[in-house]
Amino acid sequence: MNERREPQGPTRLVASPARLHRVADVAETSEGAQELAPGSPEAFLRVGEAAVGELGTGAVGRTGQIDLERPDDETMIINMGPQHPSTHGVLRLMLELDGEVVLRSKPVIGYLHTGMEKTGEELTYVQGATNVTRMDYLSPLNNELVFSLATEALLGIELPERATWIRMLMSELNRISSHVMWLATNGMDLGSTSMMIYGFREREMVLAFFEKTTGLRMNHNYIRPGGVAADLPDGWEDDVTVICDTIEARTYEYDELLTGQPIFRERTIGVGAISAADALALSATGPILRSTGVAWDLRRDMPYLAYDQVDFDVIIGTYGDNFDRYAIRLNEIRESIKIVRQIVEKMPGGDYRVQDPKVTPPPRARIDESMEALIHHFKVFTEGFRVPEGEVYTAIESPRGELGCYLVSDGTSKPYRLHIRAPSFVNLQSLPVLLRGGLVADAVATISSVDPVMGEVDR
Amino acid sequence: MVGAEGPIAVAHTTGSDGTDVAHPTREQYHALVAQYRADGFETCADLCGVDYLTHPGRSGLPEGIKPERFEVVVNLLSLQLRRRVRVRVQVPEDDPVVDSLIDLYPGTDAMEREVFDLFGIRFSGHPDLTRILMPEDWEGHPLRKDYGVGRVPVQFKEAPGPR
Repeated sequence: MNERREPQGPTRLVASPARLHRVADVAETSEGAQELAPGSPEAFLRVGEAAVGELGTGAVGRTGQIDLERPDDETMIINMGPQHPSTHGVLRLMLELDGEVVLRSKPVIGYLHTGMEKTGEELTYVQGATNVTRMDYLSPLNNELVFSLATEALLGIELPERATWIRMLMSELNRISSHVMWLATNGMDLGSTSMMIYGFREREMVLAFFEKTTGLRMNHNYIRPGGVAADLPDGWEDDVTVICDTIEARTYEYDELLTGQPIFRERTIGVGAISAADALALSATGPILRSTGVAWDLRRDMPYLAYDQVDFDVIIGTYGDNFDRYAIRLNEIRESIKIVRQIVEKMPGGDYRVQDPKVTPPPRARIDESMEALIHHFKVFTEGFRVPEGEVYTAIESPRGELGCYLVSDGTSKPYRLHIRAPSFVNLQSLPVLLRGGLVADAVATISSVDPVMGEVDR
Repeated sequence: MVGAEGPIAVAHTTGSDGTDVAHPTREQYHALVAQYRADGFETCADLCGVDYLTHPGRSGLPEGIKPERFEVVVNLLSLQLRRRVRVRVQVPEDDPVVDSLIDLYPGTDAMEREVFDLFGIRFSGHPDLTRILMPEDWEGHPLRKDYGVGRVPVQFKEAPGPR
């Protein structure tokens, strides 16, 4: 048996610094070797010990039956993606297989890297939201939200209540559309094409409301530093209520279609399991962390906006498998609907953006009659506004987990450093743990259950 | 490593968001993070780099901390305390190496690779320090401030177009 698999207590993860060091030397000489060295114990070490820390329960227990020390000629390394229909974009995976069982795997990313963090340093804070909104294209409003919250923390401005509640409404609707979209693609990955059609249909309802409110279906640039771009349209309460009623009723149809369906259950229960300790060690957040039973939701535990004034439940799982993640997302749709209904009831009146001439352009009507207003408008959109020097990290609960923004300002109108902590990027690290010991046919479903959005992974 | 010398004394400041920010030296960095981990910060939320080449005189650094060109910023999160803490460590330009946190927080694997890829900061002890976002044969580290932004030259009406 492989001695590295023997449990020796938590200290064993640093047990052999010499070996770690040797591997580091090799890596330092080759800057880019994206290799999965066949069968090398060092590479396994990365997944087995270093990458999972002091695990010992979940992943190791499951793979206990697999002989990882088998000769190279008995395993096979296959490449999956980046042009694979079920890798959700351009994710490439290297898989080492023993027959149909996945031994080791390594996600290779960067195919969609466009340097958006670098671009962010070239754009003013006014333009910044148009940049970050394109990162996670399934929840653009959350990206805008975290960027705006970070900028506002540096500016030290207080938002009117209505702006906060509008943001919360849009953020929750975005969570619904993102999760519905996930149900659609996950259904498709498991062969349920009807679920795909239904998911896209429901998402379109939400996107239609977004179009009505923001003018665009995606990449809205709606939530901006200082508030939101426009007030909600007349009759928004009715639109939102129709969305809530329809989608809530349909979540019960999904229950009939998927939750109790034997094939779906066979393919998801017990597949792609991860333990709570592993998920925490790998910095996983969102549905992955909650599926292991850790009740951690930034909306409840570190409230931002006005989440402390609405009532909702944090959905958690038990086994950390694909079915738990499915159930969490399905129920989070219901919780979001619950929140949206409360927002419709409690939506305060007032302004939808802060009336601070420094960050807010004058109203459109005044531009026609006042030269000063025109100049002011022009200045805000060309030069932007200066943001006091400082550094700030804000985090919100995006549909995929903790979405953070580390923003450094040098006192000018452009961010000195804009870093987005993308939940998909970090969550993707748990993929080797989720896939280990599973069948290659389930790999597709497991990738899907991580819910990676490659635009956000590569930025 | 931790415990024998007791708590590690480092300078603290408060960030613009009110978070406690610790400023260890490079030698204290790993031990300080290990201490935070022992104190209940279960997960490393974020790790990123900053290049202060064109903004060297930044405020917010405590007395006794010499500003260097690079900074590695670690945001730790404690679920039980519901608290965040930020660790900022100065990394000099001529020797951009810091200890890897991968033995404490395996989740920093991809984050450290990203910082290495985009800033050229090395993490000693990281078993697989390779490029993650840029192509393998890429030269340079794009998020450094002296790395130019690619531009397409503006075509005016008078300029000969591709007709």
